[in-house]
Order: sequence, then C-alpha cells, then structure tokens
Amino acid sequence: MRKYSIFAIAREAMRAHKGWEAQWNSPEPRSSYDVIIIGAGGHGLGAAYYLAKEHGITNVAVIEKGWLGGGNTGRNTTIIRSNYLYEESMDIYEHSLKLWEGLSQELNYNVMYSPRGVMMLSHNVHDQQSFKRHINAHRLYGIDNEWLTPEQAKAYCPPLDISKTARYPINGATLQRRGGTARHDAVAWGYARAASDRGVHVIQNSEVTGIRRGPNGEVQGVETTRGFIGAKKIGVSAAGHSSVVMEMAGVRVPLHSTPLQALVSEPLKPIFPCVVMSNTVHAYISQSDKGELVIGAGTDQYNSYSQTGGLQIITHTLDAICELFPIFRRVKMMRQWGGITDNTPDRSPIQGVTPVPGLFVNCGWGTGGFKATPGSANLFAHLIARGEPHRLASGLTLDRFRTGRLIDEAAAAAVAH
Amino acid sequence: MSASARDLGAFRIKDAGRHTPARTARFTFDGKTYTAMEGDTVASALLAHGVHLVGRSFKYHRPRGILSAGPEEPNALLDVSRDAGRRQPNVRATVQEVFDGVRIASQNRWPSLKHDVGAFNDLLSPFFAAGFYYKTFMWPKEAWHKLYEPFIRRAAGLGEAPKEEDPDHYTSRYAHCDVLIAGAGVAGLTAALSAAATGVSVFLVDEQPEVGGALHFDAGTTIDGQNGYEWAQAAVARLKAMPNVTVLTRTTVFGYYNHGFLGLVERVTDHLARPGRDLPRERLWQVRAKRVVLATGSIERHMVFANNDRPGIMLASAARTFLNHHGVAVGRQVGVYTAHDSAYEAAFDLKRAGVSIAAIVDCRSHPGDAVLAEARALGIDVLTGHSVINTSGRLRVSSMTVARNGGSNARKIAVDALIVSAGWTPSVHLFSQSRGKLRFDEQNQRFLPDIYAQDCVSVGACNGTDDLSDLIDEAIAAGGGTLALTGENSFEWTGGMIGAAEGAGPDTVVKAFVDFQHDVTAKDIRLAVREGMHSIEHIKRFTTNGMASDQGKLSNMHGLAIAAEMLGRPIPKVGLTTFRAPYTPVTYGTLVGHSRGDLFDPARKTPMHALEAAEGAEFEDVGNWKRAWYFPKRGEDMHAAVNRECRTVRDVAGVFDASTLGKIEVVGPDAAQFLNLLYTNAWDTLKPGKCRYGIMTREDGFVYDDGVVGRLAEDRFHVTTTTGGAPRVLHHMEDYLQTEFPHLKVWLTSTTEQWAVIAVQGPKAREIIQPFVEGIDISNEAFPHMSVAECTVMGVPSRLFRMSFTGELGFEVNVPADYGPAVWKAIWERAESMGACLYGTETMHVLRAEKGYIIVGQDTDGTVTPDDAALGWAVSKKKTDYVGIRGLKRPDLVRDGRKQLVGLLTKSPDVVLEEGGQIVADPNQPKPMTMLGHVTSAYWSENCGRSIALALVAGGRSLVGKTLYVPLKDQTIEVEVTDMVFFDKEGGRIHG
Ligand SMILES: Cc1cc2nc3c(=O)[nH]c(=O)nc-3n(C[C@H](O)[C@H](O)[C@H](O)COP(=O)(O)OP(=O)(O)OC[C@H]3O[C@@H](n4cnc5c(N)ncnc54)[C@H](O)[C@@H]3O)c2cc1C
Repeated sequence: MRKYSIFAIAREAMRAHKGWEAQWNSPEPRSSYDVIIIGAGGHGLGAAYYLAKEHGITNVAVIEKGWLGGGNTGRNTTIIRSNYLYEESMDIYEHSLKLWEGLSQELNYNVMYSPRGVMMLSHNVHDQQSFKRHINAHRLYGIDNEWLTPEQAKAYCPPLDISKTARYPINGATLQRRGGTARHDAVAWGYARAASDRGVHVIQNSEVTGIRRGPNGEVQGVETTRGFIGAKKIGVSAAGHSSVVMEMAGVRVPLHSTPLQALVSEPLKPIFPCVVMSNTVHAYISQSDKGELVIGAGTDQYNSYSQTGGLQIITHTLDAICELFPIFRRVKMMRQWGGITDNTPDRSPIQGVTPVPGLFVNCGWGTGGFKATPGSANLFAHLIARGEPHRLASGLTLDRFRTGRLIDEAAAAAVAH
Repeated sequence: MSASARDLGAFRIKDAGRHTPARTARFTFDGKTYTAMEGDTVASALLAHGVHLVGRSFKYHRPRGILSAGPEEPNALLDVSRDAGRRQPNVRATVQEVFDGVRIASQNRWPSLKHDVGAFNDLLSPFFAAGFYYKTFMWPKEAWHKLYEPFIRRAAGLGEAPKEEDPDHYTSRYAHCDVLIAGAGVAGLTAALSAAATGVSVFLVDEQPEVGGALHFDAGTTIDGQNGYEWAQAAVARLKAMPNVTVLTRTTVFGYYNHGFLGLVERVTDHLARPGRDLPRERLWQVRAKRVVLATGSIERHMVFANNDRPGIMLASAARTFLNHHGVAVGRQVGVYTAHDSAYEAAFDLKRAGVSIAAIVDCRSHPGDAVLAEARALGIDVLTGHSVINTSGRLRVSSMTVARNGGSNARKIAVDALIVSAGWTPSVHLFSQSRGKLRFDEQNQRFLPDIYAQDCVSVGACNGTDDLSDLIDEAIAAGGGTLALTGENSFEWTGGMIGAAEGAGPDTVVKAFVDFQHDVTAKDIRLAVREGMHSIEHIKRFTTNGMASDQGKLSNMHGLAIAAEMLGRPIPKVGLTTFRAPYTPVTYGTLVGHSRGDLFDPARKTPMHALEAAEGAEFEDVGNWKRAWYFPKRGEDMHAAVNRECRTVRDVAGVFDASTLGKIEVVGPDAAQFLNLLYTNAWDTLKPGKCRYGIMTREDGFVYDDGVVGRLAEDRFHVTTTTGGAPRVLHHMEDYLQTEFPHLKVWLTSTTEQWAVIAVQGPKAREIIQPFVEGIDISNEAFPHMSVAECTVMGVPSRLFRMSFTGELGFEVNVPADYGPAVWKAIWERAESMGACLYGTETMHVLRAEKGYIIVGQDTDGTVTPDDAALGWAVSKKKTDYVGIRGLKRPDLVRDGRKQLVGLLTKSPDVVLEEGGQIVADPNQPKPMTMLGHVTSAYWSENCGRSIALALVAGGRSLVGKTLYVPLKDQTIEVEVTDMVFFDKEGGRIHG
C-alpha cells in the first residue's frame, strides 16, 4: 500500500495524479476462505481488517451484494458519542470512541473524525432526571459528559432558541465534547483499503443467497450470485438485512427492520458548530464540512425494506428542527434518503455466537451503529478469531433475549409520568 | 415606471421577447442598480445589461456565469433579499423572477466578485484533486479538528444561512385527483386537454411562471398551425376554465412517493414586489393521484472541454430562451460548439436577431443536411469535424480555440459568448423516484423509462419521444381521451454526445468541467476510477459529482460516460446513481407549514387550566400536557411553596388537578377477563363499587404502566393510566384485543378528556366535599378506601373515587369536562375557607414519595419487574395467563441481586440527593467504578423534617441498614438504605 501523505500528494500533483493505485482490490473469489464476512459495511470491512491485523487471519473475504459502504454506513448522519447508560453499552461505545481518536492514523486514511461535541437537549424535568443519571454514571465510569445550563448551551451552539416561550423550552443540556462526527464513506474506504492491503478480498456485487451447512450443522460456506464459496467461519454483518441472512442458516434473530430517513440542506457557510440531538422532539442536526445541514429523523413506524420513507416523517422532523432553530426556516432541503435499520427489542446490538457452529453475528445496531464501527469491528474480529466474545462485548449476546438480561437503552429514555 | 430602451440594457433586442416594454422593475446586484422588464428572471435581466459574471465556484472559486435558463442551473446561485429577515441564499438566477426593489448579491467571494482571494485555490488545484482530503491533514492527530477542518469549513459552503427568524408564513394543502400531470409543455398540455375532456379531475403542474416548457425557446414549432407558445397559452386558458381542472404554475413536483403520493411546492409571493400580507410565501401541496402523467421534458447538456466554465459560456437552449422569451442577446459575437443539430437553431435565431455568429463548431463530421443548408443561407461559418479545445478570458470568455478533431490547425476565434450543446437528457427524475426501472437507449445514449412501479406513464421528451406527431399521439393516449391535434417542429432532438469532448479525453490534464458547482472535472472522474472506484456510486461520492444543489441534472450522464470509458465497460454495466427527492431544493418552512409554535405540537390543557393560572400556578411540561407544578404565594420560591403545600395537605387538605391521568373505559361481557390478561393482578374478584391498584407488564415482564381501576358494574371498568402512558396503553390494549384476544367481547374508549378530575386529599377531605355530593353516603363505613360510585356532585353526574396517592384520606371527583371549572371553583372555595391549599405535581411527588408510592417512568425505567419495584404483591400467583407471565419467569428476571427499589436516607438530613445520582459501595475504587444503582426520586420532606429518597439498588432489600455512597460531581454523599415508607408507616391515615 502506498502511504498517503502531503508529500505523496505533492508528488502526484506534479504528474497529474497518474501514480495513485487502486484503494482496494476487486479480485475473483477463491474457492474457499478461512473466514467469510457477509456485508461490506464499516462493521464488516473493519472486522476483516482487524482479523488480518490483530489475529493474523488473512484468508478472509468480505462479500457484498452491492457496492462497499453502500448500506447504512454510507447513509447515516454520522453522530459519534459514547454516553450511553448501561455498562455493556459504555464498554463498547467508549472502546469505539477511543479507536475513532486514532483511526485516521491507524488506517492512513483521513476519516475526518471531528470531536465537535454532541449536545443533547433537555426539555423537562423528566429529561433532566434521565440526563443526570447518565452524567453521574459516565463520571464514575470515566467517560466525559457534562451538564450545561440553557445559557451555556446557547453559548456552545448559538443558533439554539432558549426562550422560555418555545413550545418545548430547553431547561438544560448535556455535552460530550469528545463526541462529534466523521466522514462515513472514508470509514468504509479506509477499512477496505487497509484490509485489502493485508490480503483480504473485498468481493462486491455478489449477494449471499444461502448458507450451506454440514452434517453436524456447522457452516461450510455461502451460496452467492457468483456461485458457492467455502468458509470455515462466517460472520454476518448485514445491518437491515441481517434477519434475512440469518434465516438462511435457520436462525431467527429478534430484529425488526424499519426505514430511517435523513436529509441535507443546500451547502451553507459555517453556522452550526456541533451536533445537537433532542429526543423529546425527535431531531438530530449537525453541519457537514461541505456546509450541508445534516438532519436525521425518527424511524418510520412500519416494518419495511423500502428505502423510500414517507414524506410525513420528513416534514415532522423539519417541524422539530425549525422549532428549535427558527432561523433555519428559509433554508432548503437538498436531498432526502433512507436506510433500513435493524432494531432489537432493547435497542442494543447483538454480537456473539449463534446456535450454528462457525456462524457469528453482529447486528441490531439499528439507528445508532455508525459510532460503534471501529469498536464493534474490532471486537467482532476477536469473536470470530477466538470463537468467544471479548470481555467488552460479552453482554451483547443473542442469548439475552432468552434469559431476559436486556440492555434497555430505549428504556433509558422512558416516558414521563 | 417607464424606462428608455437603454436603461433596460444594451443587450435588449428590439421587438424580440414576450415582455411588455412599459412594465419595468428596478433591482440591485452587488449594490449596483439595474432596470429589468417584468417577466425577466434575474438571469435574463443581468444578461440584458451584459453582466455574465455572477458567482464563484465551490472549490476553486473560479469565476462563473449563467449556464442555463431553468431550474437545472448549477452556477448562478445568488443571495436574494426583500429585507433583512427575508433573505434567501443559493437562489438560482434563472428561476428567480425580478420584482421591483429586490436586492441580489453574489456569494462565496471575498472581498468582491471580481477580486476573490479564494481564487488562489485555483492555482493550487493540482493539489486539490478529487478526494485529496482523504489522504492528508492527518498530522498531528488533533490538527484535523482544530486547524484543517475549520479552514476547510470556512472555504466550503456557498451562501450565508439566514440569521434572523423568517417573518414569512407558509401553508399547506391536501388534494386528491384522478390524473396529475407533471410538466406543461406540449406533451403535458396535450395530455391535460385529453384527460380533462373525459371529465376526470386533473391537476396540471409546471414549475415555470407560464406554461409552454420548451416552447419558451423553440420558436420553430407550430401546433394546429399556430405558433407553439401562443397555442400553449390558449390551451391553458381553456383548461383553467374547466371546473375539473386545477392548473398550478410556479409549482414544482419535488417528490414522487409510494402509492401515487406526490409532494408539490407552489411559490406564491417570491415574484411579487408587494405581496399581500395574508399571502403565504409558499404552499405545500400533498396530492394523492390515481394516475400520474410525467411530461417533464428533457434537459440540455453542456460540452465537456477545456475551460468550459467561463462566464459567457452557456447552453444553446438557454441563449434561445433569453432571446425568444426575454428579448435578450447573450453576446454580440457568439461562438457555437455542438454535437447536435438543435444548437444550430439557436445560432439561426441569434443571427436573425442581428447577432453575429463567430462560427458553429460541430464535432461531428456530418451534421444534418437541413441545418447545414440553412447555416449557409444565413452566411454562418460551420466547422464540421472540429472542436473547441480551449477558451480564454478571465471574468468572461473572450475567445475559443478551435481545432480540427485530432488537434491540427488550432486557432483562436474571438467571441464574447459561447453557446454549447451536447444533446438532451430525458428528465427521468420523478419516474425514478417512483421506483420505476430505466433502460439504456444505446442508439441515442440515454436512459428511458422502462418498467413502471406505480400507475404512471411518461410522455414526450422525458420518454424519449422526439417526433412531435408521435409525442402528441402519445400524450393524447396518456390523457385517456381523444383529441384532434397536429404539430410540426423544425429540428431533431436525438443524437449528441455524452462524455468528454475532443481535447479533454484520457491523458489530458485540462480542466474540463463535468459538475460546475462542485468543480468536478473529467480528470477527477478518471482519477476516481484509477483509485479503484468502479461503482458509479463510489465515483459520485469520491468526486462529489452530481451531489451539488442541482443534483447532477447536467453532470450525471457525462460523468457516467467518462467513467464507463475509463473502465472499458458499457454504460448500463456501470449503472446510474439513484435519483433522490427533492427534484429541486425545497424550503424547510414550506414543509413545516403551520406546524409552528403552539401548532407544532398542540399543548394539552386541563379544563381547570385557566383557573389554576389565575391562582398563580407555575406549569410544567409532562408529555403533551401543561400541568400545574406548584402554586407560589407572594414572595415564595418553589421550595417554600412546595413545603407549605406539603404541610397543608397533611394537616388540613389540598385540592389537586388530576385530569391528565389517562382514562380508558373498558366495557363488555368479557371486560374482567380482558383486564385479567392485561394486568398482573386479578380483576374478577373485584366487586362493582370497588377499586384496585393494577400493574401492567409488557410481554417481557417489565413494568409498563400502573393505575387505579374502578369497577362500576359487572361489565364496566374505569381504568386510569399514567399521564404520559395514556395513548400507548390504549394502543397496547387495542393491539392485544385485536390480535391476541379477538374472541373477547370488549370495547375500549379513551375518556381522558371527557372527565375533569378534582382530587381532594387530606384529613379534611371528606368534610370539604360532603356538601356537594348527592345520592351516596361517603362515610368511612359506607364508602371506605378504594371505593367508587356514580353519583351527582352539585347536580352534575359524576364518578366519585375514594383513593389516595398521598397516603391521606382522599377523594377524586370525576365530572364531565365542561363542568370541571364550576365544580372546581365551588370545591376550592370551600376548601380554602377551611384552610386547605391548592397543590401541584411537585407536592404530589413529594407526598407520594413520603409514602413510598412509585411513579412509573421515574422510579422504574422499563427494566424493572413488579417485584423489583416492591410490588410483587400485585402479581397474581394464581392466574395462568397474562401479558408478561412468561417473560417474568426468565432466568434473569428471577435471579438474585437484581436492582430493587428501596429508600435512602442521607447521613446528614439536610442534604437532598440528586435524582440520577449513582450509588456505589466503595467511593474510592478506581474508575470504571462498579455502580449498584441510582437515585430515582429525591426530595426535601417538610413532613419528615429531612430529605428522603428512593433508589434502585442491586440486591437493595438485603442491604437495608447498610451504608452506601452517592458520588456527585463535587461531593460524595453517604446514605443509609431503608425501606420505602417514610411517613405514617402504619398507614392509618388513609382510612381516616
Ligand atoms: C438515516 C440513518 C441515519 C443514521 N444515523 C446514525 C448516526 O448519526 N450515528 C450512528 O452511530 N449511527 C447512525 N445510523 C446507523 C448506522 O448507519 C448503522 O448502524 C451502521 O452504519 C451499520 O453499519 P454496518 O456496517 O453494520 O451496516 P451497513 O453499512 O448497512 O452494511 C451492511 C452491508 O450488508 C450488505 N448485505 C446485506 N445483505 C446481504 C447479502 N445477502 N449478501 C451480501 N451482502 C449483503 C448490504 O448491502 C450492506 O452493504 C443511521 C442509519 C441511518 C439509516
């Protein structure tokens, strides 16, 4: 892999950029691999990278039905934070956040991790109780998160309307300064390039249509639109389609898939310095480096695999945005789209072994798994290599829905009395 | 206002165009005043004055002019304002109509449009190849966020976001129709005439101020023997007169969603000098159409050649629009560069209007005979088999360098404008949004609609139908009626080229722009391919081609062709990027419409709200409700008010508005059985006239809601829920009733807003309400704790509950909502005279905490079982089925060491814990600490004379008496674990 640097750019500038090589390979698949990962999103590509780098397993293929990074990795609003409530969550999201902090250097690819701060708005007493509970837990766990008064929140994010007369006035906010955003495509591309460099095959435009199992039920490989490919171990990381893929091995996972929509405005000069989230009114907003206001909506209310969501979800989201930031009412929406999210009953991910020998699963990241990409990929590689979960992911088992040991992050935002 | 011809601009052509000379408007551009004609766009008005330079590009800050005459414009994005609050960035000069007094400013330049420091970037452009930022700015580690990113952010972005709140208002409408026709060119108008004649309801929608589409510029078309544009105006007049037809102009169909659902935005006032105050700025139409006819036409493409982006270089059809519609010549010495016959027509029109044509440069060796003959007749030089391989001119094109294909015989020809055409791209955006599948038309190098996903049909240019007679037939058929109409046009629309032109092919280093706004050149696209981006989606994202505010209307096809060539793959194998809504950008305000302020999410107020406000209540938001929080007397802060209220309730009594509690009437022969299935406790044993506290769990066994349920009759229950839980509990019940227990005869009705609920709590509660209650005996013997009865209160039919959430003797008077204020007034008057108080939710919280009563959602969080919440007694051991029974048996829900709700007392009684504080056994352990649980409720209890708290603690009930710690930000608080009841432990008062 030729190293990226300012000097490399200068050199290439002199020769019309003719010397750059392909960032990743596009090989013909081998007849079999030690490990096949289904789904070339950030999680799948990252897992392949860490398998090669940290576990010395390089005979690996990542199989993708479309183009790499074209799933939710390339569709999300890129909010990164680690201030979740439960220890199982803090473990993996904080592990991830730490990896974000050095990811550009690790991959020699600028993923533009931008710790501009993630602010969550509190609108009522109930929000405040819940946020204080988070902040106290974070402090004792060693995660940064702080409480801001409305005035402090406004100072950090000037477009905020903190007037008492707003329909949902703001009575405070939390701020995780290390939270922020990153460039989604670069994450997929950076991992693809680095994995490819270590010998991993990234096989695009090949859909997995079946999982072949041997006499003892163990996995033998995958049927794809390009034929059968053998594998000793299979890792499924197919986001919104995980339940479909797992079904191929006869495993039912507790997921429901719903569209989640997002939109961007036309590019504007810098106006919005951080990330702001309001769970009460369902609005998430930041400004990309290109100048677009990036806005995320709540999920559509029905299960679907159609990436066209309803217009009413978009209008409702903009209602909330304009209520919080009245100066944006004349701004224009440039593009809207959706992705299919895989949601678990407790809104926490599943990463672990399955009843099928050799089959491992990483799914259920739902509406919030981009931030987990490096951490999840890193621990998923560990799981596949060792056959058992890493300590930091040991609570995320599929089993928990049977035992009841849920990690209910949704409940952490329970509704007020 | 009248103006001399000179004022209107040196490039106005006498007797050309369709505007009325007498009607003029004055506007400013970057501070300078100009005169325009009514009907001008900002683009045509500026061009009339010879102004071509209007903006700077995104990345290289290159001088840019006006490229098109329509909504596809990528370059001429301007800041348009009426006044300070009514300022709009990124407005397309080719769409914005001029009105008197409008102020226009250029964007993305500093200090001025002509001298822009940012243009330095252009010199550095060899470094700024596509995706360069992924390869650098990584050292040192913190520098990206602190140094590079802020710099890049300042350089990027186009317009300045508004800084003031928008004073305009927006509105929205819903409509249904049989046929919606998008686009009112020949095809759309014909389809509309055909459909309208059959009597069905028709919506005809076009984004331009006038109908006509391509007829705006296409002077050579006649329909029914009439000039095309005039025919169009006559046709629309006829349509407007029909009752079944709605014609919407200045209206864009921006989104085509599932099931014939379309989003339209109508621009109502942005073209008016003095809009009426009551007019909305824009109107959102959400239309459900049985059938959709897409007649969206096609968009001309530019040629991709070296330095093809200088001001003065524009699409041939745009030059024709400016001439034939606006009466403006785009130059005096105009060059033409084309791969297509239609650009000749522009040259002919200009020539006839007296503009000299420097030359027509045609990259084809064999243009159509007809156009060649006409060029000869008009005395225009045609250079076939030639290309424009470069241009010059800093702020406006001054020459084109022409060479024979292959590069020989290069020479410079002076021009002051260069019009270009690479052919026409069918506008298939809406078709694609509807999830239709496209096919590639190999012969004409274009994508056309193939497989439809909805009841929709494409007609005319957007369907690749080029011949006017065929087009008319197709449109008539699409409309479903019959019509006699003939048309003739003068040129061919097919042909042209996609991809890089001569001199900009592989191995060249020239800047040949594909996407103007994002400064994407042909070589950027090739670089992307070289770097392994083989999917068109990767190429798009790596180069940002097609991602600017014009969404690739001009650039997508070129980009695709350049990539395909580089990949050595046929175009359909490379694929097309997804067309995403909206077709053109849509104002947030329009999508929001009236959902602002109070209408954003209407606040729910109880019937007594105004009376409480008059008593000085402070309110808090609870779900959608505004609830009285506390009632401060003069000089009291919240703390003092709550202390007084707490004391008074326990000493005398208090009156409380409990109307927001959810209420569901559960009726039917199987009502008790239904409740048995929905709640953990048993209901068939409850006698009519009695109440019981019930807990509802989800399938997973965790507490979902709670409340008191009264049985009014064998088959009738009055169910109460938490305030926030009311809607979801009703849904939950309906869901189970309809899917799991459909055999049960039960009806559910939400009655939350039907009843006003006045709670009277405290030792004197009975005495207070006694005189008002008629028809029943409310003595302790006749009407003990947990009784319910129907009676009248002040003659009003009521439901009276004897129940308590304070631990005191208490009643809840339910009267029909309209009577609430009157009854409240009477009760309060008497209560006040007896020394009672009004109290709000805060006091309610404290009093219930003193008694260890939980609040679902505060003391529980969706991970708490009834047993965890010390409510195990409310789970029936006998029942064989209820929602949650299986979940509750799962291993983790019955294990030891679960978090349990307990009381906490701080070692120093004055310290009130922080709700949300975390609890540890050892405050000195290293981080990450092991946390045992958290404080769910914490108050100063005036009645206990100390602070009290409830908490969820792992193994809590076994820790009673033990000391734990709550480390807060700046202090660690020592606490003792206790049981949950802090006041009146024996519980005698409730039976008073
Ligand atoms: C609109 C939106 C906004 C979001 N915002 C945020 C946010 O702000 N912050 C955050 O942290 N998270 C966010 N998320 C969630 C986040 O995007 C995802 O959780 C995360 O990107 C998932 O990554 P992944 O690699 O698991 O999945 P993906 O990137 O979706 O990758 C899965 C891949 O599997 C492939 N695949 C599926 N089936 C098959 C098959 N049979 N054969 C082969 N390949 C297959 C898919 O094509 C896809 O490429 C958002 C999601 C959406 C949709």
